[in-house]
Amino acid sequence: MSPTTREGGRRAPSRVALVLRSRTTQGFLFTAPLLVLFAAFVIYPMAFGVWYALDADSYRALFSDPTFRQTVVNTLWYVGFAVNVKLFLALLLSGILDFQFAWIRVLAALFLIPWAVPALPGILSFRWMLNSQWGIFNYLLGKFGFASVPWLAQHDTALGAVIVFHIWKYLPFWTIIFLAGRRAIPNELYEATAIDGASALQNFRYVTFPLLRNLYLICTLLSMVFTLGDFTVPWLMTGGAPGDSTHVLATLAYRYTFQMGRLEWGLATFAVALPVTLGFIGLLLRWVKI
Amino acid sequence: MGDDMSAPGRRKGRGLQVGLSLLAIVILGWTLFPVYYMLLLSFTPTDDLFQPGLYVEHPTVRNYTYTMGQDNPFVRYFWHQIGNSLVVALWAMALVAAVAALGSFAMARLHFRFRRFVSGLTLFTYVIPSSFLSIPFFKMMADYDLIDTKLSLILAMVTFAAPYALWVLSDYARSLPPEIEEAGAIDGAGTLATFLYLYLPLIRPPLIAIGTYAFLYAWNEYLYALLLLTGEPRVTLPVAMSNFLTTDNAPWNLLMAVSTVYAIPPVVLYYCFKRYLVSGLVSGAVAGT
Repeated sequence: MSPTTREGGRRAPSRVALVLRSRTTQGFLFTAPLLVLFAAFVIYPMAFGVWYALDADSYRALFSDPTFRQTVVNTLWYVGFAVNVKLFLALLLSGILDFQFAWIRVLAALFLIPWAVPALPGILSFRWMLNSQWGIFNYLLGKFGFASVPWLAQHDTALGAVIVFHIWKYLPFWTIIFLAGRRAIPNELYEATAIDGASALQNFRYVTFPLLRNLYLICTLLSMVFTLGDFTVPWLMTGGAPGDSTHVLATLAYRYTFQMGRLEWGLATFAVALPVTLGFIGLLLRWVKI
Repeated sequence: MGDDMSAPGRRKGRGLQVGLSLLAIVILGWTLFPVYYMLLLSFTPTDDLFQPGLYVEHPTVRNYTYTMGQDNPFVRYFWHQIGNSLVVALWAMALVAAVAALGSFAMARLHFRFRRFVSGLTLFTYVIPSSFLSIPFFKMMADYDLIDTKLSLILAMVTFAAPYALWVLSDYARSLPPEIEEAGAIDGAGTLATFLYLYLPLIRPPLIAIGTYAFLYAWNEYLYALLLLTGEPRVTLPVAMSNFLTTDNAPWNLLMAVSTVYAIPPVVLYYCFKRYLVSGLVSGAVAGT
């Protein structure tokens, strides 16, 4: 298209202007800041990490390290057990918060507090409660004549504390998600089953659960991926203690990299979890529309 | 439920309420006790710290006055540290709002060709645990000599908070009527003018909400702050608090006072904006079913 002057004296748009006006260019210009951020701080670090993690020696070192094997088991407990218990409780609790009594609304508001309080203060409170000498738990155990428990000084109860804190902190969030999911179910369905005289359990079995199932699965996947990378809760609750027995992948990678100076081991630790993570993300991409 | 209940239905409703209230007591005990215990410790004088109990015998505000007055080696840089947290959170808020507003306009209003690619990349960033990227990110910042600068932490926070913000804004923007572009076209406005003068004012409510989300994300962040910042006057508040734990004789009552102060802004903001903070995820997930 050559620039010609029309009668009105208006020139046809130049090629630069046309390119600038195309939807594709404009779309890229508007999303450019995001794309630059993602490329620089997600894609590049990812590629860097995978590149380093290709070294087979790191994996040999990892799998011969008993701490690493213990860490994998701990992570499976944390991701497999804690997340599923939490989401199942969230599903049940969302049913309770769905009742339309006025005081339930107050309960729901108070119930959100652990979600609103940042993780660190909550963890500190738990840690002091679990302190073997001056904690309230051992104090109460003593009052009722039980022996005190070294909560954070033995593997099982220390990992248990991490799991319990995780449930305490994140249960409200997922409950609210499921509550919103329940509220999105059209009321006519329950009106119809009421005519058929369905019980509460039948309502759940034939209406609520089938309609919440996909949401439940998506939330399970999301929560598992988030929890797989959790550093803050295990690190601040136990720091891997006692004797590096309660690490999860993220805290062990930190220890390898920043306390032992083995960058390649740290990266390999995450790389071990990467295939699972990418599989989960693939499923999510198919299920979730954004 | 319960509006048109007959008499037996109402009786059943009462039985239900009793059962529910018993459950509610359990739930509230579980939910509130750790928070109550944090507050209780923050009002406990040091002399009583080693005598556990369910209430404070001699409540004191001394832990708070020490904190505010930086009157203890552990809280020597309290105002610096809370200031650092605030600066990082405010920058994250502003940048996330800007980046996500621009992005959401493209995603929701311009039907450009590579939208699926951008949304895939966004979801990927949202889902991939940020800790997986922390070590390479640290290495990168060390290479660019940006360790110990707030900029490095702000960049990380903006990157990881942007996907959710984009999601919420795009979702809202898609529900706006198509008249925006038409009005812009009639006035002869270009795309940029349409964005600035027609689009931005319309998305103000969710923009405030995602700004809050980004603020909270940065305020609560621990791992990246721990990695990227060093030196007592330069760290953010959570890192400073976790440094208490490295010593054996940490003053836990003082620590709980700092905890309480640190927790107040997020609690206030969560309660003001909770509606917005969950709706994005839900609509995304429910729409996908």
